[in-house]
Amino acid sequence: MRRVLAPYLLILPGGLWLLLFFVVPMVTMLSLSLQQGDIVNGYVFTGHWQTYVDAISAYREQLFRSLVYGAVTTIVLIVVSFPVAYWIAFYGGRRKATYLFLLLLPFFVSFVLRTISWRYILTDDGFVLGPLKDIGLLGPSFHLLGTPFAVVAGLVYNFLPFMVLPVYVALERIDPRVVEAARDLYADPATAFRRVILPLALPGVFAGVLMTFVPASSDYVNSAVLGSSDTTMIGQVIQAQYLANSDYPTASALSFTLMAVLLIGVFAYARALGTEDVMKVAAR
Amino acid sequence: MPPTPRHLPDPVLLRGLTQRRLGRRDALRLSGLSALGLALAACGVEGQGNPDASAPAADAVAKYWAGKTSTKKVDFACWPLYMDPEQPELKKFTAETGIAVNYQEVIQEMGPWFAKVQPQLAAGQSIGYDLMVITNGIQFKQFKDSGFLAPLDPAKLPNFAKNAAPAYKQEAFDPGNVYSVPWASGITGIAYDEKRTGRPITKLADLWDPAFKGKVGMFSDTQELGNFGMMVLGIDPDESTAEDWRKAAAKLKEQKDQGIIRNYYDQSYIDALGKGEVWITQAWSGDVFQKNVSDGTDFKFVIPEEGATIWTDNFTIPVTAASPLDAITLIDFFYRVDMAASLAEYINYVTPVPAARDQIRKDAAAASGEDKAGLEEIAESPLVFPTEADYAKLNYYRDFATPAEQQEYQRIFEPIVLG
Repeated sequence: MRRVLAPYLLILPGGLWLLLFFVVPMVTMLSLSLQQGDIVNGYVFTGHWQTYVDAISAYREQLFRSLVYGAVTTIVLIVVSFPVAYWIAFYGGRRKATYLFLLLLPFFVSFVLRTISWRYILTDDGFVLGPLKDIGLLGPSFHLLGTPFAVVAGLVYNFLPFMVLPVYVALERIDPRVVEAARDLYADPATAFRRVILPLALPGVFAGVLMTFVPASSDYVNSAVLGSSDTTMIGQVIQAQYLANSDYPTASALSFTLMAVLLIGVFAYARALGTEDVMKVAAR
Repeated sequence: MPPTPRHLPDPVLLRGLTQRRLGRRDALRLSGLSALGLALAACGVEGQGNPDASAPAADAVAKYWAGKTSTKKVDFACWPLYMDPEQPELKKFTAETGIAVNYQEVIQEMGPWFAKVQPQLAAGQSIGYDLMVITNGIQFKQFKDSGFLAPLDPAKLPNFAKNAAPAYKQEAFDPGNVYSVPWASGITGIAYDEKRTGRPITKLADLWDPAFKGKVGMFSDTQELGNFGMMVLGIDPDESTAEDWRKAAAKLKEQKDQGIIRNYYDQSYIDALGKGEVWITQAWSGDVFQKNVSDGTDFKFVIPEEGATIWTDNFTIPVTAASPLDAITLIDFFYRVDMAASLAEYINYVTPVPAARDQIRKDAAAASGEDKAGLEEIAESPLVFPTEADYAKLNYYRDFATPAEQQEYQRIFEPIVLG
């Protein structure tokens, strides 16, 4: 009897946790998105799915923009992270752990604080742009803050470790003898990289994409701190609808829409890479 | 009913024979779906709406204040730039009454503040503050209509009765001061940095000037933003219609689409002005003065030719306050003429106590040098003591009759702020 119950008992804490903090909020949110009313007189469930149509038509631009920012961020991250991870994995020697620690060091400071620091660096007359303006390289109204560049730069900076680490783990696991074998079989370094190292590192890149594209697309801090009204992301809209307008149905409808779009995106991406099971690859 | 054809069996029997049977799996699926349906329907958000809020029961005051005792501590939620950082008035209050004050600058914008404390108030829990200063407008009405504001006891406000200007006892949003008494009034106008704009700013239309491309700030508060959009078109916000709102929204959209707007700000606009992120921005009258005093900047504030709006920030006590008695004592303390004068001297906002003017003149006579000049200027400043002619130029916020009307307003202006 005991042996039969054991697996269930083991899953119980996690299961309850998921029920309480995932299933219940999801059902509540789904319900909210189909309610009508106002904050003073309350919201009542009416199955009003029109909210989805209205919310998407009012904020489709922000939704699309968020996906674009997320995608650009992810691509830049791959380009930036791969060499870093490669260098640490193959040339880090005994100090690998130190380099990884250095990489993570800035992230011991709070997320919001780090992002706000960028404001001081990029501000219109700050120590970067100020001197450039003084010597006349830039016009007096040139600015970086409030542009898509600043937002994507912030996203890249904040999500860097989430790309470097999985790629590093995948590269670190490559047996050096496999690379040696490739060289012995007359592959030049470029070919060995392209035909041996890259395919073996792909699962790490895949995991990195999952861990950066999804949160970067739904991020609302970077755009709020570094952006302007031209860079509003969907996360900011959802946040404002919940926490400034108390318009719960619109906020919930947008949350569900975003989730659906991201899920479809991730599965399409998995399909394109020819993997049957996204999570299996990510977990490898 | 047409006769049943002979060759067919009874329709009832037919239906019974051909109807799909529910298998176990179907039953499970069905019960799952109906459970989800039930759960969805059960998740409604209860409203706190109280249609009688503006005319509370005669005994509401007595009922609320019965049994309230002093705890010797007040938690006070206010806005940044609304008091001398040294807090001389609060120090004096504590010295005289023994009541400690925990003053926090936690309110940056009305919408987020209401959304933040609404769930706690709806659940009947304390929000951690006994006193909060809130602006008249959409959220003031939401606070009031939700029954979140404690009815004030006039017997506990003798200084207010004696010293407040008559106009502040008859404000449209809370006539008779049932739930609120003013902290200060202010004017929403334009602040600018003349060194950067290169010329004096006089009109609302200057906020649409392509010369300041990417350097113009507007408020993210939909009422503040919408008001300027209307006034630049010559529409009085107080009497506007939904048609006017759409016109104003189009005008504001144009400002944004041409890249003139840098961003939409809450209280942080003043830092943006300080850092040179914006050169010209919508602004609240007293902030610029305080910024100049504390940071040595030289920004200008102007009431635009086309008009400006006047608002009132009000002392209110949340119903769930732990220490309402000390809170109302503090409210009345600020209506002492010397305290009202001291506050106005620093914040440079319109004071609801007219007698403060003579007090400030007296303080000026007693001071010397730069202080003297500064105080004399405040005593004569139209931003602290507007004349009748000044008031005539100012518009009031629009009062929304129904939540539906207010939602329509927000749905017109919100998409502009949220780019």
